[in-house]
Amino acid sequence: MAKILGGIATSHIPAIGVAMDQGLEQTPYWKDFFDAYPPVREWLYKQEPDIAVIFYNDHGLEFFHDRKPTFAIGAAALYENADEGWGIAEIPPVTGETELSWHIVNQLIEHEFDITVCQEMKVDHGLTVPLTLMWPGHKYGHIKVIPIAINCERHPMPKPSRCFDFGKAIGDAIRSYSGNQKVVVFGTGGLSHQLDGQRAGFINKPFDLYCMDKIVNEPEALTKFTNFDLVEQAGSQGVELNMWLAMRGALQGALTELHRSYHLPISNTGAGLQLLATTDAISKGSMLI
Amino acid sequence: MGQLGHIPGNIMFDGPMATKGYPLNKMCYSFNNANGREAFLANEDEYCENFGLSAEQKLAVKKRDVIAMLEAGGSIYYLAKFAGILGLNVQDVGGLQTGMTTEEFKAFLVQQGER
Repeated sequence: MAKILGGIATSHIPAIGVAMDQGLEQTPYWKDFFDAYPPVREWLYKQEPDIAVIFYNDHGLEFFHDRKPTFAIGAAALYENADEGWGIAEIPPVTGETELSWHIVNQLIEHEFDITVCQEMKVDHGLTVPLTLMWPGHKYGHIKVIPIAINCERHPMPKPSRCFDFGKAIGDAIRSYSGNQKVVVFGTGGLSHQLDGQRAGFINKPFDLYCMDKIVNEPEALTKFTNFDLVEQAGSQGVELNMWLAMRGALQGALTELHRSYHLPISNTGAGLQLLATTDAISKGSMLI
Repeated sequence: MGQLGHIPGNIMFDGPMATKGYPLNKMCYSFNNANGREAFLANEDEYCENFGLSAEQKLAVKKRDVIAMLEAGGSIYYLAKFAGILGLNVQDVGGLQTGMTTEEFKAFLVQQGER
């Protein structure tokens, strides 16, 4: 049976991709942020996952408002990146994994999640920035990726509790897949930020730290929030916490928090990084990392 | 505001706003393509006309008034693509919306980590 090694939550701000393109990682603005990533990269290097399931939101590259799925999954062999309109460099295509994608789709439909399936899907910075962060130099071609997009751009959007349950259903689907594949699950985006309105620039550090505490062993506390609560507490784009909740929902059993970092501001955002390992992660000596 | 209550300084982008803002957002969506960006810059009025923007939307675009564009149904994800044409980043746009200079806005962001 396929195993889920753990979950990684990370910011996906486009400016991160631009900073990496321009080699700015060690400049004063960026240093603390980027210095948090090597331990997570090292863990991935040692765990050798075969597949990454990535929860992200599309920022108007693949989906416009003419057809906007609440939940969408890719079932393609390859995913292209493309111009998003404001200058972030396009990156090489992402490798897909169609068999597990279809298995997840079948399992989701069986468990009351009627998802949109995309056999072609352009992936934007929401997905590509996390990949670039984990495998710098665009060295992510070896890992098979399953993109799962959650609507975080237009209300109504799925409730936090629903996103958590959605992640649970996906975790169950992965674990029911025959084979010995090793899977890592990503929740991208967040944490608090507001880009629009007179409230632009709003960041809520105490709330972000609360969410990072609760997501480890008490994620149900976070599923009590409504999306309105998230907008109020974390800003209009703070609803991206829903993707962290989907990631957390996919994890099962005892978790070990191996890494955590929080830094603000990165662009307009409170940027969190968190690594939660399951008991299926491969132990290296006395430490999991 | 709308069915979701009101948070001061926040405009909820919900279904009715998506209906109202459809032409404006559709135009901004076209800015994913370099051809669209060039066509807008070559003849802004004609480009807005082709996408069927309302008078309110055309005026907001002409004045580069971000708050007015939001009130006219603009989604920040699509307005960001418009800001890109103008060479503005999200801190510039934050400043425009809050009445701060970009530097003041950046300092405001930093301050929130010091609380």
